[in-house]
Amino acid sequence: MIWILDITMMLFLVIGAIAAITIKDLLSAVVILSGYSLIMAIVWVEMHSVDVGFTEASVGAGITTVLFIATLARTEGRSED
Amino acid sequence: MTGIIDIVHAEYNYWIYTALMMIGFYAMIAKKNLIKKIIGANIFQTAIFLFYISLADITGGTAPIIWEGHEDVIYTNPVPHCLILTAIVVSVSTTAVALALIIRIYREYGSIEEDVILAARKSLQPEFSEYARQKGGEE
Repeated sequence: MIWILDITMMLFLVIGAIAAITIKDLLSAVVILSGYSLIMAIVWVEMHSVDVGFTEASVGAGITTVLFIATLARTEGRSED
Repeated sequence: MTGIIDIVHAEYNYWIYTALMMIGFYAMIAKKNLIKKIIGANIFQTAIFLFYISLADITGGTAPIIWEGHEDVIYTNPVPHCLILTAIVVSVSTTAVALALIIRIYREYGSIEEDVILAARKSLQPEFSEYARQKGGEE
């Protein structure tokens, strides 16, 4: 475990999580959530759990984003809070 | 004082996991938008996954893949990895069901804001709000 890489990635995780729940444009929030999932996958691969990292990168950052964007295409893209 | 600094330094991923979990929990409770609630649930789930994966990690360990000719290698614990592999699939399924419900709610009420939906429900069902008023629940 390279701790300086680890702690940088985790700071990015917290920043990404706060940005994803505060931003008002929902498409931007979903894209930030996708980046958050990708950083989380990097953290897990760096913690030697390669299978979980692969699955999170494909499922968490891939399919979940597609589902969110498909939902946004059918509803509103703007949030009040 | 050095004890506290040692704990924070040695177990920082647990602090990050707690912070991420609280951020997701706040979004699930306080945000009015339904998509924002689902984003909060996703952050909450990945925070718990991060807790399990950091629990499995061993200092000096390698990925749990058999390496021929190196029998003295220390592997990280693969059991939490299997649990989390299943939990990731469950998480994407629950997200898909929640988003399908949001599309249905939008077709019914024309909004994905929680307060607008509740107001529309109240105007659609006057007997329900009458019942609530008698019970002293709302208003």
